[in-house]
Amino acid sequence: MGIIKTNKLKYEYIRRDEDNNVEGITTALDGVSLDIKAGDFIAILGHNGSGKSTLARHINAILFPAEGTVVVDGMDTTDSSKLLDIRRTAGMVFQNPDNQIIGQLVEEDVAFGPENMGVPTEEIWQRVAESLEAVGMTAYREHSPNRLSGGQKQRVSIASVIAMHPKCMIMDEPTAMLDPGGRREVIEAAHKLNKTEGITVVLITHYMDEAAGADKVIVMDKGRIAMEGTPREVFSRVEELKSLRLDVPQSTELAWRLKKRGVDLPDGVLDRRELVEALIRVYKRNK
Amino acid sequence: MLRDITLGQYYKAESPIHRLDPRTKLAATFAYLISLFLFKNPFVYMIAGGVLVCVIIASRVPVRYMLKGMKSVIFILLFTMLMSLFFTKGTVIWSFWKLRITKEGLSQSAYTGLRITMLILGSNILTLTTTPTRLTNALERVMSPLKIFRVPAHEIAMMMSIALRFIPILLEETDRIMKAQLARGADFESGNLFKKVKSLIPVLIPLFVAAFRRANDLAMAMEARCYHGGKGRTQMKPLKYARRDAAAYCLLIMYMALMIVTGLTLKSTPKTEALPAVSTNMISVSSDTLR
Repeated sequence: MGIIKTNKLKYEYIRRDEDNNVEGITTALDGVSLDIKAGDFIAILGHNGSGKSTLARHINAILFPAEGTVVVDGMDTTDSSKLLDIRRTAGMVFQNPDNQIIGQLVEEDVAFGPENMGVPTEEIWQRVAESLEAVGMTAYREHSPNRLSGGQKQRVSIASVIAMHPKCMIMDEPTAMLDPGGRREVIEAAHKLNKTEGITVVLITHYMDEAAGADKVIVMDKGRIAMEGTPREVFSRVEELKSLRLDVPQSTELAWRLKKRGVDLPDGVLDRRELVEALIRVYKRNK
Repeated sequence: MLRDITLGQYYKAESPIHRLDPRTKLAATFAYLISLFLFKNPFVYMIAGGVLVCVIIASRVPVRYMLKGMKSVIFILLFTMLMSLFFTKGTVIWSFWKLRITKEGLSQSAYTGLRITMLILGSNILTLTTTPTRLTNALERVMSPLKIFRVPAHEIAMMMSIALRFIPILLEETDRIMKAQLARGADFESGNLFKKVKSLIPVLIPLFVAAFRRANDLAMAMEARCYHGGKGRTQMKPLKYARRDAAAYCLLIMYMALMIVTGLTLKSTPKTEALPAVSTNMISVSSDTLR
């Protein structure tokens, strides 16, 4: 059994009018069953309103399922006695860097999680130092978060999560408000933690190129899992992705179009390097 | 840049005053402020002023920086000084039209001016040498005995530190919204006061909406990081009294004792407003001889 497991998870947003009468129901999650292995890097894709953020919030026990179950590291999220343990096991990085930094100094923000967990003072210092080192923000430990760039702020948020020593890290569109440089910083930091610390990463994004580096891609649509597989498997189904209003990475798109025109290219080209290599092979064969 | 503004005007330096525990500084400031109101006596004020100068020198905060804090209150200071200068009854020494300056007014005005100046400089030392974080931390600790009266000490301190963190962000947001509304033809400059206040409504509403959204996000982020109130919480930088704090408390007690003794033994000028005019005159003569 994996570290995160959901079974027929269902969640509804209920809109009520002023008299508390139900006005309408939006089903955000509709029978999602997932099994995420420890140590994996999972990317969840989907356009706006596909339910991907709602799913993320279930893993961290911020939202609770209307039907079905969510089990994180053997703990059912509806078990309120395990609430803090679940949140410690599955740390969460949110979208807006400004709205998740609590401390007035970088190091104080990183310490916030361990402080809440009741970690002794000396160990907090040790954890803060390690976490900032892991995301390459040690030089900024005494800076005010207000003066950092978006990418740096998100790396601080990541450090704040790993200072709690979680087994997995859920990232809810952490790069949506960043510039390309900042996006790269954050994704690289996540991959590094996944490889060196073995932290399971669940990355929710709508940038396809970020998903290309994942072990497994899950595509969501209308609260259901629409596609699931390795990036190569998923990105080779270009037409299907397009029907879900998703774009594929640029290189994949180009390879797909060339293939439609009769160029002999493989399916599911993931990045520029692969595309270049495939084109060179075609060129050599035709010579 | 609005994000560069420093709150609480902390001045970073290495000094014995900076190193003191914020609780010590809080207690000292409080005691100092009280001491200023105990007696009205030139000797007492000399001691208070001398101590203030010593502390300012020890704090290694440039005097220029200190006086900057006075700028904002200079108007109130002058106003109260002028009020007591012209409106204190007593022996007239100079008069013009309806304005009269009395001897008592002169001394009253000097006392008021000194008192306000020392009051502000004294409390400025606290905020200049203590980071807002340590200050809120100290407040939490000082207030924690009030928990038996159900005063939510931890929550108040947490709210203060969150407010400190978000003030620059909200200021920047205000700036952005104002620019956005200006671009849509809003006019914040012309018209009378009423119109100007009214023109701020399109700024305040989006600002409030955004602030609530932020609050919601922040609450979720805090919960996600296991925040569950002050119970069972440890601290990265817990406050610890050191030997220098004991020394500082000793000095503080000595200062208060000196103030009280001086105030009680060397009675030169009693409270002018409390005594009838005749006796005031008599005693103010004696105070002159003392000077």
